[in-house]
Amino acid sequence: MVAHLIGVLFDGISYGSLLFLIGVGLAVTLGLMNFVNLAHGAFAMLGGYSTVLVMSRYGVPFFLALPVAFVVSAAVGALLERTLYRRLYRASHLDQVLFSIGLTFMAISAATFVWGPTQQPVRVPSFLQGQVQIFGLDFGAYRLFLIGVVVVITLALGYLVERTRFGAQIRAAVDNQQVSAGLGINVDRIFCLTFALGSGLAGLGGGLGIEVLGLDPTFPLKYIVYFLLVAAVGGAGTISGPLATALILGVFDVAGKYYVPEIGAFVIYALMIVLLILFPSGLFGRRA
Amino acid sequence: MITRGILATAVASAVAFGASHAEAQNTIKVGAVLEVTGPFASLAKQMTNGMQLYMKQHGDTVAGKRIELIIRDTTGAQPDIARRLTQELIARDNVDFIVGFALTPNALAAAPVVTEAKKPTIIMNAATSVIVSRSPYMTRVSMTLPQVTAPIAEWALKNNIKKVFTLVADYGPGLDSEATFKKTFTAGGGQIVGEVRTPFTNPDFGPFIQRIKDAAPEATFIFLPAGEQAIAFMKGFQERGLPQAGIRLIGPGDVVEDDVLEAIGDVALGAITSHHYSMAHESPQNAAYVKAYTDAYGATARPAFTSVAAYDGMAMIYEVARRLNGVIDGDKAMEIIKGMKIDSARGAISIDPETRDVIQTVYVRRVEKKNGRLFNVEFDKIADVKDPK
Repeated sequence: MVAHLIGVLFDGISYGSLLFLIGVGLAVTLGLMNFVNLAHGAFAMLGGYSTVLVMSRYGVPFFLALPVAFVVSAAVGALLERTLYRRLYRASHLDQVLFSIGLTFMAISAATFVWGPTQQPVRVPSFLQGQVQIFGLDFGAYRLFLIGVVVVITLALGYLVERTRFGAQIRAAVDNQQVSAGLGINVDRIFCLTFALGSGLAGLGGGLGIEVLGLDPTFPLKYIVYFLLVAAVGGAGTISGPLATALILGVFDVAGKYYVPEIGAFVIYALMIVLLILFPSGLFGRRA
Repeated sequence: MITRGILATAVASAVAFGASHAEAQNTIKVGAVLEVTGPFASLAKQMTNGMQLYMKQHGDTVAGKRIELIIRDTTGAQPDIARRLTQELIARDNVDFIVGFALTPNALAAAPVVTEAKKPTIIMNAATSVIVSRSPYMTRVSMTLPQVTAPIAEWALKNNIKKVFTLVADYGPGLDSEATFKKTFTAGGGQIVGEVRTPFTNPDFGPFIQRIKDAAPEATFIFLPAGEQAIAFMKGFQERGLPQAGIRLIGPGDVVEDDVLEAIGDVALGAITSHHYSMAHESPQNAAYVKAYTDAYGATARPAFTSVAAYDGMAMIYEVARRLNGVIDGDKAMEIIKGMKIDSARGAISIDPETRDVIQTVYVRRVEKKNGRLFNVEFDKIADVKDPK
């Protein structure tokens, strides 16, 4: 019984970690920059394809392919920010939605054209496969790895946003562009870098996610609900909000599916509704 | 999505319109209603490949007429679009045959249209039993889900598997295969020790797989869309050590479709499935088919059952055109189709004269590695299987 409970908790936390990884990039672009970027999944997909490509074509090991995924997505994100996204910062949210969903469809068609509609394989190192025994309990190796990555990313992002000068500039620029610019902050540059950061995180999530979520051209739409869940319930402007959200949703989702599989699929959505009613601006929402 | 589809159709029909008048008398037109874009694009791709491969191999002229293939995109499971495209193909493009349909809802939507227009219609994939009964002008060259599912239940019973846990995706085909398996398996004395229906988009199978492990059945029966769902499930199945716990993985072959098998990877090894086609099927016909397919679409391309059905459907059209001397009449065409035999890459198949549905051998296969690649290797078979109804 206790073993079951620990198992469910562990699976839930690792599932939550996955939700966080694919959603944290959106928490940056939507949460910090207040841009409704529905094309988030397209950047994640780009990271996924980068991972697959450098691994299969150039024989790059999985651990080196992940930074590549981050860099490629970040670079493309920066490029698109300079050329397209920046024009819409002041536009209404509806315009942003239309633009970014259009971009998503273009990404889907482009990916189908270049890589074809089939699933892409990924081979993670063998020590990340199977289970490891800790205190007599079995834990999935890849799941442990995901949790580890989340800890690292959370600490790094938390430090970046809350403790560094760059982070302070982001928060200032998001809160009030004019005053920030007046104080000598290069708002343009900050926004570009932040967007690149969000896109890069999306790409990293995409690369890490293939093992669990698979990768085909419909990726950006298939998981859009999960990205939005994490960012919306988590609330704008923090990293801890989306993290807490992802973990809570993960644990409840897994518990629901394990103990009451008949309705398990609905638990995550029911919880979302409850959380949004209780905390309309997100769990740790920072009102802008 | 919808706007994209309309735009694609508009462009495609504009192109086709210009060509249609000049050669109307000298062509036999085949209108394909397919899920070219959207989540089921990989099925449509295989089917298009199959049809075009047949035309490439056999020339595009038969009985003095040129065969012209017109492809229309439903953009996914969109019955209303499928219905409209079928109407347009018949009314505007004057097609002689309607073919395609990867998905059941699209095929069902087209049924009343083709009945009214008396157009011979070849279902090249959609696998719900009921489809062909909806129109006397419909036939099927692919398979029905019960047809390929029941044999794995029989195989399990024969091999002393008495306790099975079922896990299927919560959508039409999933529920159909679950029902067929349960019926055949329990009728033969088997016992279902647990059942789960998983959401259609389900990123994590962990909790479900843990439940299965705790229930300790002798085998797990699964039906999931071949794609990331099957991949995720099989990875979880291995990760949690179910094979080591003596739990086997069985199901209909859709889950380990040849096209997706390499993406699933080694975790699929040992899965036992029943299906009507494997690219590893040993016969001169299949060797020739696989070679032609890889010659045409690249060395790493893998023909799946979807391409074979489309290829055979095209063979059917050529045969009908030959027998009718190039003048296609709906009723006469259906008379020829009823009872037709085709020497397919999967083995000989025939069309049941009464139901117009396919009768074929269903094989039991195991996922094995040969020369570093994964295949469904056949080791048992049941001949002349009809849709069990």
